[in-house]
Amino acid sequence: MKALVAVKRVVDYNVKVRVKADHTGVETANVKMSMNPFDEIAIEEGLRLREAGTVEEVIAVSAGIQQCQETIRTALAMGADRGVLVLTDVELQPLAVAKLLKAVIDKEKPEIVIIGKQAIDDDCNQTGQMLAALLGWPQATFASKVSIGQGEHPGDAEVTREVDGGLETIKFKLPIVVTTDLRLNEPRYASLPNIMKAKKKPIDTVTPEQLGVDVTPRLVTLKVEEPVKRQGGVKVGSVEELVSKLKTEARVI
Amino acid sequence: MAVLVVAEHDNKVAKPATLNAVAAATEISKAGAGDIHILVAGKDCRPAAEAAAKIPGVAKVLIADDAAYEHGLAENVAPLLVGLAPHYSHLLAPATTAGKNLMPRVAALLDVMQISDISGVVSQDTFVRPIYAGNALATVQSKDGIKVITVRGTAFPPVEGEGGSAPIEAVSGPGAAGLSEFVKAELSKSERPELTSARVIISGGRGMQSGDNFHLLEAVADKLGAAVGASRAAVDAGFVPNDYQVGQTGKIVAPELYIAVGISGAIQHLAGMKDSKVIVAINKDEEAPIFQIADYGLVGDLFKILPELDAELAKRQQ
Repeated sequence: MKALVAVKRVVDYNVKVRVKADHTGVETANVKMSMNPFDEIAIEEGLRLREAGTVEEVIAVSAGIQQCQETIRTALAMGADRGVLVLTDVELQPLAVAKLLKAVIDKEKPEIVIIGKQAIDDDCNQTGQMLAALLGWPQATFASKVSIGQGEHPGDAEVTREVDGGLETIKFKLPIVVTTDLRLNEPRYASLPNIMKAKKKPIDTVTPEQLGVDVTPRLVTLKVEEPVKRQGGVKVGSVEELVSKLKTEARVI
Repeated sequence: MAVLVVAEHDNKVAKPATLNAVAAATEISKAGAGDIHILVAGKDCRPAAEAAAKIPGVAKVLIADDAAYEHGLAENVAPLLVGLAPHYSHLLAPATTAGKNLMPRVAALLDVMQISDISGVVSQDTFVRPIYAGNALATVQSKDGIKVITVRGTAFPPVEGEGGSAPIEAVSGPGAAGLSEFVKAELSKSERPELTSARVIISGGRGMQSGDNFHLLEAVADKLGAAVGASRAAVDAGFVPNDYQVGQTGKIVAPELYIAVGISGAIQHLAGMKDSKVIVAINKDEEAPIFQIADYGLVGDLFKILPELDAELAKRQQ
């Protein structure tokens, strides 16, 4: 069995983003870029499945500009076996990414696909669900525990999901799309020797045209603005002063 | 064409998030779209449908009562929505874990983009949504025929839940897809209000040091009728369960009063609570970023402050 993991290159989670002066987007020039944190969890889960003998190979896929290759290299340094880059300069939206991934999956035939539940740039939380829909597969979203082939049926996966009310466990038929939540695992760091090894691992490059996918954006961003800034208030000296201000000034208790 | 809102419910009652989504649907309807319909898909869910029918301004409630829809499995519910879609210009759901799970699947089956977590309605096809943990607001226009949308509850004050009497009409879909099967739910039980609809929230962070110490927060919460939340750090450390998490990828809240205790204020946490009306921060580090957005800051040891706060509130309640 193969696992395919999708990884996205995003503005690093520690960067405080700034809206561009012309309101077309946020500043990404000279800004530190990293792998989407949820995708690191996805890679880690793929590696653990390989280490447990459930899958034989972990393939890391990314779509976007040439620099996305660096994100794939990070996945390879963590331990993924090989990479696929879908190269395009077009702004990719989740539906287009799902279609590109489907085309790669039709070729690679993995039985488990793992994706971060959400990218921390557009905060969409869509790609995994869309991909599952296009493939006609079940979707184990917001996973905090994944167990594959452990039950009576080797073709089943049992996944615990983080939902608003707590946790929910669902049994799914393979093949499956899993989207990762924060508590699924703690991703490993790439060691220096593994970073060196990753440089020799193969990355295939394809284009949306070669895959026969139309990636034209369906949503047009008309403008991007800064939200109204919240002003800091005052420091109070005691609990008594705090309670009194909440009562008489803010009137919220 | 009408606007369809997917109700968030437990088969018995329509949950508050439904009222926020109907508020967004009302704005879309006023911008020129048609009537508002609500879909209640579940099993033995007539009570929830009857509750939804009481929401004023709703023209019709659709009920899909089938064992396949009992637990809201996206694999089963999505085809039902796809079947209903040709009658609608907009399909909306609250941006809860249920809505976020379901709606992208529906959108992909319809070959349209989904518009996530909208916080504003500009026109029938143009919406505002937060990106980058709420550090930017994007205005996006959809070129798709059907708009599939999830709604950020805190951005749309809920409509009234009583007073209407919409007709209830039965609909059906393909039923079980045979891809997934519900096993069990481990839901947190609490007498306190739900985080996303609470008027007051008190949250603890890494500074709480252990799950046991959360009883200090709970004592204060009970004096204030508050819900208890947490930062990601506190959840990751295992102090409290995942459903406590407030932040970019957890719950988005905007109560009247938010009290952050032992929370430094990472942007990912602020993303989930910075629209609260009044923010109080209690932290021993006076340089903590949380103080930059707090209306009232109290620097000090939370293990001393929380019992004092509890006592002060008790004194004033007498």
